[in-house]
Amino acid sequence: MTVERLMDFGAVPETTRRDLLLAGGATAAAAAFPCGIAAVRAQVPMAAPEPVRISITVNSDAVELAVDPRMGLLDMLREELRLTGSKKGCDHGQCGACTVLLNGRRVNACLTLAVMHDGDDIRTIEGIGSPESLHPLQAAFIERDGYQCGYCTPGQICSALGMLEEAQAGWPSHASADVAAPEISLTDAEIRERMSGNICRCAAYPNILAAIRDVAPEA
Amino acid sequence: MRGFTYERAADVASACASVAQNSSARFIGGGTNLIDLMRAGVERPSHIVDISRLGLAEIAETPEGGLKIGAAALNSDVAADRRVRERYPLLSQALLAGASGQIRNKASVGGNLLQRTRCPYFYDTRMPCNKRSPGAGCAAFDGLNRMSAVLGASRSCIATHPSDMAVAMSALDAEVEIAGDGGKTRTLPIGDLHRLPGETPDIETNLRHGEMITAVVLPPPPAGRQIYRKVRDRASFAFALVSVAITLDATGGRIGAARIALGGVAPKPWRVARAEEIVSGQSAERMSFDAAADAVLEGAQGYGHNDFKIELARRTLLRTFETASQA
Repeated sequence: MTVERLMDFGAVPETTRRDLLLAGGATAAAAAFPCGIAAVRAQVPMAAPEPVRISITVNSDAVELAVDPRMGLLDMLREELRLTGSKKGCDHGQCGACTVLLNGRRVNACLTLAVMHDGDDIRTIEGIGSPESLHPLQAAFIERDGYQCGYCTPGQICSALGMLEEAQAGWPSHASADVAAPEISLTDAEIRERMSGNICRCAAYPNILAAIRDVAPEA
Repeated sequence: MRGFTYERAADVASACASVAQNSSARFIGGGTNLIDLMRAGVERPSHIVDISRLGLAEIAETPEGGLKIGAAALNSDVAADRRVRERYPLLSQALLAGASGQIRNKASVGGNLLQRTRCPYFYDTRMPCNKRSPGAGCAAFDGLNRMSAVLGASRSCIATHPSDMAVAMSALDAEVEIAGDGGKTRTLPIGDLHRLPGETPDIETNLRHGEMITAVVLPPPPAGRQIYRKVRDRASFAFALVSVAITLDATGGRIGAARIALGGVAPKPWRVARAEEIVSGQSAERMSFDAAADAVLEGAQGYGHNDFKIELARRTLLRTFETASQA
């Protein structure tokens, strides 16, 4: 699937767009016009910036789209690509409901801009498994009842997958007695500490832990 | 969020030039703090320059036997680096005590040093804050100041620096490499990077606009044990009320050298040379540590809700000394 989508940025006067391009785009223009940006901002402080084209791989699909520089990666996934599995909880990186895998690593999609991810590879919960073919961790969450309302679950699962990779690579955590130890043992305390970036308002933590433990290597 | 133009920098020199010529331009690395501040309306850049892909993420040995950590190195990569874990466990411990797994996977070393305070009045644009709006006043001074500083603050600002990593780097005598407009480079001891607020809490560092941190250089590791201890409201993913970074060489019960830095208590990592001199050469026992704690906390002042931090800092310091002095 290749998605071609240009956003509608609403009505912006042509002169404003040209001035913004002049002021923001070319170094030579900005140098010749040292006060250009400040002047334009003073005239039209709320003008929408020009969209920027990016190419990004989402769940193995190559996607090209033009994004407002202000658009967060989470909003791009949810609003532009209609991948609404990743959830917006706090929008401050504190709850983890938006966790996705960026080039294989878990990150908060709310705390980064889409425009910064040209060429990157994103995996969301939609790319982890499907109702017909669940990932073992998804099956474990169902088996262990690792949720009540389910809002945090996509983030919990993406985060846990990233966390298990980190542990596999021997990364220590705050719960590790000796950060220099060559191998770590994924005890319950280790899993809890490593998952502290994901909050569950229903407090299903014991069952989330059990689900992760089911697919984690033996401690 | 206010509109801004976006530029992916091609190299360090053009990134510095681009920011230097626009007073409201900002560098962006991981963005985990800047983007949050932009959403809150605290930061309103007109132009952002992405410096996350300039090849500055390497961690390399130095000829002197230390490590040079690129400014774009991710917090998680530094914490997991085998050389850091074996030779600078203090730095791994501090990084792993900070933020969450997701944030450490995005946050850079340079951005960690330059992150802004989490003082709630700095974040709340409806409240007066001298750091955000010079001359507006400080709402924390007579407000809810439980997280505020007890050392190094001023009438203008009692905000703390929130980093754990910077506290460890301070105790490790790190140096900060800086690039500026026109390709000029310079080096600052980490203790000279951040400024105390005085009358100008809006000026937080000794970097000029358009200067960029390119690396942090660690000298060879100090002798003895290294311990980072953090006390916070939750067991994980919370900023420090008090943190202590100690390196202590106490072989044979006598202290050869010690380095002590505190976090969560001041506008910058708090290191007191006199306290380190006081314990040097002394026997590794409670009396020596008490004297050092007195020196570290000299002039400490609470503002009501945060009075407890002074005693908490003393106890955390003594406990960490005791752990570090045990073989």
